Amino acid sequence: MKKSVFLGTVAAATLLAGAGFAQEGSTLAQVKERGELNCGVNTGLVGFAAPDANGNWTGFDVAYCRALAAAVLGDPSKVKFVPTTGQTRFTALSSGEVDVLARNSTWTYSRDTDLKLDFVGVNYYDGQGFMVRRDLGVTSAKELEGATICIQTGTTTELNLADYFRANNMTYTPVNIDSNAEGEQQYMAGACDAYTTDASGLAATRAAFADPENHIILPEIISKEPLGPAVRHGDNNWGDIARWTLNALIAAEEYGVTSRNIEELVRSSTNPEVQRLLGTTDELGAMIGLDAEWARRAILANGNYGEIFAANIGEQTPIGLARGLNAQWTQGGLLYTPPFR
Amino acid sequence: MSDTHAQTVPFVRDTMLPAAPPPTRESGAVKWLRENLFSGAVNTVLTILGILIIWFLVATFWDWFAHSVWNASSLTECRQIIAATWGENARGACFAVIRERWNQYVFGFYPQTLYWRPTMAFGLLMVALAPVLFSASLIIRRVVLAITTLATLLCMMVLGAPVGWLVFAALVLAGGLLASERNIAWLLPFSLIYPLLGVWFLWGGSLWGPIFVLVGPLLGWLAWRLLAGISPLLATVGAILVTVLFWLLLAGDAAQSAQAVLPLSIEAVRSDRFGGFLLSITIGVAGIALSLPLGIVLALARRSDMFLIKSLAVIFIEFIRGVPLITLLFVASLLLNYFLPPGTSFDIILRVIIMVTLFAAAYMAEVIRGGLAALPKGQYEAADALGLDYWKAQRLIVLPQALKISIPGIVSTFIGMFKDTTLVTFVGLYDPLKSMSDAVRANIEWKGIYWEPFIFVGAIFFLICFGMSRYSMYLERRLQRDHR
Repeated sequence: MKKSVFLGTVAAATLLAGAGFAQEGSTLAQVKERGELNCGVNTGLVGFAAPDANGNWTGFDVAYCRALAAAVLGDPSKVKFVPTTGQTRFTALSSGEVDVLARNSTWTYSRDTDLKLDFVGVNYYDGQGFMVRRDLGVTSAKELEGATICIQTGTTTELNLADYFRANNMTYTPVNIDSNAEGEQQYMAGACDAYTTDASGLAATRAAFADPENHIILPEIISKEPLGPAVRHGDNNWGDIARWTLNALIAAEEYGVTSRNIEELVRSSTNPEVQRLLGTTDELGAMIGLDAEWARRAILANGNYGEIFAANIGEQTPIGLARGLNAQWTQGGLLYTPPFR
Repeated sequence: MSDTHAQTVPFVRDTMLPAAPPPTRESGAVKWLRENLFSGAVNTVLTILGILIIWFLVATFWDWFAHSVWNASSLTECRQIIAATWGENARGACFAVIRERWNQYVFGFYPQTLYWRPTMAFGLLMVALAPVLFSASLIIRRVVLAITTLATLLCMMVLGAPVGWLVFAALVLAGGLLASERNIAWLLPFSLIYPLLGVWFLWGGSLWGPIFVLVGPLLGWLAWRLLAGISPLLATVGAILVTVLFWLLLAGDAAQSAQAVLPLSIEAVRSDRFGGFLLSITIGVAGIALSLPLGIVLALARRSDMFLIKSLAVIFIEFIRGVPLITLLFVASLLLNYFLPPGTSFDIILRVIIMVTLFAAAYMAEVIRGGLAALPKGQYEAADALGLDYWKAQRLIVLPQALKISIPGIVSTFIGMFKDTTLVTFVGLYDPLKSMSDAVRANIEWKGIYWEPFIFVGAIFFLICFGMSRYSMYLERRLQRDHR
């Protein structure tokens, strides 16, 4: 392993010999053999993925990676986080550099089909919004006719913005920016009237301002941004594992299974659905090539979906996002996992 | 006769008049100002304009710098401190982010208990560089090595290096000082093995890996000795073949078996733990050290009479110079994975170093070709007249002069390459300028901080690049052989 520098030379030679059979073998087997899950994450997005002062990754997407590693390898710390940029993320996944991509990526038709990815579900329902200065006197996105708007290039938000203004017969002047930090800076410096990005990002940005009360987030959400983890086309078993790990976290919240009461529920729960989820009855794990306790470990890693949400981006955190669409279907949200049966 | 003369001249002054002070306009600061800043109408206007610009800059940014906060745990706290100290509407820099995250800007995600290892590697790098960079002047060498020794040992102690390694570093540094006093050439073998040693310090792992990498060229040399009697060409080919084959087929297994027999290893650190200036300097130093020899070879190849060699060199140089560095980095980080067999781990930093080296080498080749072209034809003819063969002529006569001419260009390429190392941000490595700053901003405590990291990182880049540039000027002066 540690001769990797030196193995590079070896690899350079095999490049000539072994070109052409890149994708071979099942991802599950590879991950198990490697003993480590390669998880593609954002290089840094408040609340979703960020390394702290000691280099430990935390965040909403990071928690999913850890749950998946716990389910597959039995240890939530056996994750290698591969920071990916907006440009490299999908190539990193399809080239096999990462096993799963949990990088707040929007599930779209072309990404799912043309880019040959499989989105395994939605872990955060986001939508694009606008932030403006309060003294601009604008209360609705419909009033942004002729505005200059800071917009991050190479993202779906750029396309949504063009669609929205075209549909409403309005014009705008885009100010292209490269990163959130630059966008905030341009917006604060007055280079643009409005800043647009995903609503979760806007909330985090506004929370970090010196004067949040002078900025408002307009009520219109102009796009659907279902963010979710993705895997490669072609390895359905690995896709199943990734999908049902996410589902297990969501189902756990629905059934009231938390990281604190899980041990107790394993012993005493009489709810058959909970019993199946926690692997005390039936052998659901074997159907995806894992053991019976996979979901138990996934939930134990960071708690259920609700706990992960609350710890990273929920209302108790400085980011302060409400559950909204991301509440359980029983609470008026969109989270609805198929039954564990 | 003399009497007559004495009478015709009633008074002869026998002491000199004391020199009158020059007019105030022609001396001191006034003169300097008149000559340099106000020597004409245009210059006067330009001077006033320049002063106004400086005044504007200072007036705009002074309060921001003056209100700097160095001690806080979040941007919000910074703002509170500034508001409390300087008033509600005051603005100020929040350099506390640097104070809190300096370790990440310097070492990236390198394990904190092992910070002493890169520090030691850097200190020993100076020892390894001494015979190359400071071979001429004993005093400069003494000062550089003494400062290095003190700083390295002090830093290692502060960072909690184990005693054994402290002693090791102290011995090597003391050896360097001693060699520098007696005969600097003694250090050359150390310079030669330093690349392997440095890699081992930084990445850790088994010592047997580097040892067996070293064995390769030794076996190659042996093969060369054996075959040299038969044919020099065969010997060269054989030596290269033996070295490469040994590396590819045997070295890995041999290192593993040796490790099993006698474990000699330090804690391994993975490439994804590298970041910040550690990453920049690693890539930069490796790129600089590798691109100069490669550039020389390419420049000579491009001027070669042999068609094949010349065409290959031209194609390589023009291709690399025609493609943006970011493209090459993307190829290194993403495209290669499609071709490599699954499961091979081809280190990302190594991939980036290779690409950066190739990129810099192509530019280097053109810079050196310029130096070669600037050399009068007489020098080449003189070398031929002396009966020197091609390599001797290049080594003894042509290259020393051509390289001397090319020094400014070479150092420019180095500086450019070092700054280009920040582009690794696009392949997901944590360069100090953008990726590391974005990662810091991704924590809610520091979200919204913008200029401070740029200023800090920019200042350090300036120090390093300015150092390189001053060194090149020193080198030019030292190598000056003509009388002007």
